[in-house]
Amino acid sequence: MKYAFSFLAVIALVLIAWLGSQIPGMQYLFGVAIPYLAIMIFLGGFVYRVVQWAKSPVPFSIPTTCGQGKSLDFIKQDKLDCPTKTSEVVARMFLEIFAFRSLFRNTKSELHEGPKITYESSRWLWMAALLFHYSFLVIVIRHMRLFLNPVPHWLQFLDFLDAGAMLQVGAPLFYATDAAILLGLLFLFGRRLVNRNVRYISLMNDYFPLFLILGIVTTGILMRYFIRTDIDIVNIKELLVGLVTLSPVIHGDIGSIFFIHVFLVSTLLVYFPFSKLMHMGGVFMSPTRNMANDSRAKRHINPWNDPTIKPHSYAGYEDEFREFMVDAGIPVEKELPPKKDEE
Amino acid sequence: MALAKLEQLSKSVVQGPSLVTGAQPTKDWMDTPAIFKEGNFAYPAKKEKVEYLNSQDGLNFPNARIWSPDEDDWKLPEGWEKTIIDGLKERLDKFRSLKIFMDCCVRCGACADKCHFFLGTGDPKNMPVLRAELLRSIYRNDFTLAGKLFGKMAGAREMTVGVLKEWFMYSYQCTECRRCSVFCPYGIDTAEVTMMLRELLHLVGIGINWILEPVSNSNRTGNHMGLQPHTFKDNVDFLAEDVENLTGVKVNHTFNRKGAEILFITPSADVFAEPGLYTAMGYLALFEQIGLDYTWSTYASEGGNFGLFTSNETMKKLNGKMYAEAKRLGVKYILGGECGHMWRVLHQYMDTMNGPADFLEVPKSPITGTVFDNAKSTKMIHISEFTADLIRHGKLKLDPSRNANVMPTYHDSCNPARAMGLMDEPRYILDHVVPKWVEMPENTIREQTFCCGSGTGLNTDEIMELRMRSGLPRANAVKHVIDKHDVNMLSCVCAIDRATLSSLMDYWNPGCGVCGISELVGNALVMDNEKRAMGYGADGTESELPDGFRTMV
Repeated sequence: MKYAFSFLAVIALVLIAWLGSQIPGMQYLFGVAIPYLAIMIFLGGFVYRVVQWAKSPVPFSIPTTCGQGKSLDFIKQDKLDCPTKTSEVVARMFLEIFAFRSLFRNTKSELHEGPKITYESSRWLWMAALLFHYSFLVIVIRHMRLFLNPVPHWLQFLDFLDAGAMLQVGAPLFYATDAAILLGLLFLFGRRLVNRNVRYISLMNDYFPLFLILGIVTTGILMRYFIRTDIDIVNIKELLVGLVTLSPVIHGDIGSIFFIHVFLVSTLLVYFPFSKLMHMGGVFMSPTRNMANDSRAKRHINPWNDPTIKPHSYAGYEDEFREFMVDAGIPVEKELPPKKDEE
Repeated sequence: MALAKLEQLSKSVVQGPSLVTGAQPTKDWMDTPAIFKEGNFAYPAKKEKVEYLNSQDGLNFPNARIWSPDEDDWKLPEGWEKTIIDGLKERLDKFRSLKIFMDCCVRCGACADKCHFFLGTGDPKNMPVLRAELLRSIYRNDFTLAGKLFGKMAGAREMTVGVLKEWFMYSYQCTECRRCSVFCPYGIDTAEVTMMLRELLHLVGIGINWILEPVSNSNRTGNHMGLQPHTFKDNVDFLAEDVENLTGVKVNHTFNRKGAEILFITPSADVFAEPGLYTAMGYLALFEQIGLDYTWSTYASEGGNFGLFTSNETMKKLNGKMYAEAKRLGVKYILGGECGHMWRVLHQYMDTMNGPADFLEVPKSPITGTVFDNAKSTKMIHISEFTADLIRHGKLKLDPSRNANVMPTYHDSCNPARAMGLMDEPRYILDHVVPKWVEMPENTIREQTFCCGSGTGLNTDEIMELRMRSGLPRANAVKHVIDKHDVNMLSCVCAIDRATLSSLMDYWNPGCGVCGISELVGNALVMDNEKRAMGYGADGTESELPDGFRTMV
């Protein structure tokens, strides 16, 4: 149900762009105005969200320690999983962000008769996540060639590598990342349907971005390999370079598929800051990962620490129990008052 | 409710229809209400305990009343919804962790089967991700654009009594063990979420007695058990006598002594109940042997801090006694006993909340001269660090054969493992005090350790079945080494564990004992001028008592 709805939403977006871009003059809306607006919302929204996070302090030092901490000199510290120095924290974060290290740890638990619980390493999610994210990154980078004139050499080289140009003949060359991102997306979608746990927790918020990106990838692949004319490419490049140089023009015909592609990308940009996709920014700021485990060696400051919260005082404690304490021979600050019958 | 028979529960865990066993729930989780019945909830806090706490400076425990979760009417105060939403806003502004954890989850499900409560109950809302969604759905509704625009479609829902009841049920089916946060690609820590849920619930007068009674006891008498100073002293004195009875060495310990070099604080459970008592005997014997200049305190007679399971203000107030007492007595530093959550507070919160402890000195072992730089600001060290250092420097004469009856494995307690990184010190000690010990399977130890199932104040008897279910992953790993290596003792450095694992072993693995590391140290310790109590074997030969301290009580 949730995925059907998300799927329909993406189809609706496709239809809007397809029909809309047929109307004369509307190409400027879909090719210029909406992309500009989208990129502004994306940048503004992203910054806004990060600033919002940053405005809340980190009151306590709460790293999740995943290995031996620094203590005695003969106990070996796990510097990566229980960092104390900034360089160690950076290394931990680097592997977290670029290698998805925590996901790499993933295990699958199974309950058997007995009862007996077994755990086995399960790295499919990790692999699919890497495949998806890195393909996405490369695809975004290699799209820069459409915005830059002349195309820098390193970008041409990346393009060359991605297309495996040394292995292929004919044109257009097929990009490895196009296949990889499709595989990744299909796996991520498939496990939402097949994995019982994930199926139960999945929301529209999870299916929609998957379908949206799938739509972007599909229209991109269609444009490059199937619905393609050279006129399109010349005009598209002119438009995109124009967008970057703030002097956009649309000359001649550009196929609807382009406008659909761009409209879906614009939707993604607008959706991004207001959705779970912000994990891209959040992963840098997660206190359980980006803090050093040095809270006994270095005092962490809580800006809203309330100095008026005091413990129940010793004086109050002794006042209540003084008699018992004296009887039991426990030292006291104030002796018992002399007994009345002695007066 | 009587606890289910072992065979029954064993079957139910594996065959009962649940997400874990292969059944897909047909109803959306938002449409599945929490239903309370005797046995699935911890009893609410007694009215007088809540009133007492509310009367204390710096604490806020409103709406004291007599109520029960299984009744429809929870007697919530007028305008409670606003109290909750305002409380959530306040916490979003105070805790970056909460904001990030609300925003970043992608529902990848990596955390789902990492939770001992989920594995043992199969209840979908015990998947850490769904536990967080209980709060996240409200957050979306009131604090995010998508939630405001798209409502339920964007996973948002309004705050209702039903939601509040869910919060109560599932924030008290989480032990804040942090195992899920190890596996989360963004480090989302359900402990943070549960803490926030519990704080919010207290704002409208919802809390459990097993937590708030120890909290009020601790505030007033200095310890969870409510032991008054003379009783606390009596208990320790008895233990000291038992140590003398076994070893022939008189123990010289003191209370509230000004000018001692070290203040020693351990969970009060260690001087109150088996098997913690033996651990306390271990401390007494060890300190006597090395001639440590230390004192116990009756005012700060609790290492544990159930404030951690209540609210940050409560945690701070209870914890404040440690530094206050250290300052009053004029000690140089504080030595802490074996306890899990106590050490999370000491390691991650104490200095921030009640420091700087500039009236103390950087801890230095008076025996070995080792300076504990890792605690140079907090000035409090763990007994395992202290003991491991003694052993390393050859300052202890140890006879592991005195523990020959014991074949231990080692349980990493959640907090020392995942909120401190104390893993190898106890292992180093074990290597030297027992002839042999074995590890449990790798997915169940160190940072992947499984909770005893009853932490965060859930070790109360009325929810015994839940506890046995959530403790199953731990018990199961112990069973593995019992079957394979004839393990008969589960050692640990946590007072809650010593109590809860005992119940857990009695249920799932009868015959397996539970002990603290310091008990094994005390047993193996060869003391100067000792004259060990002797026993007679079946064949009439005289020998040392094979069960050490355990023979004494």
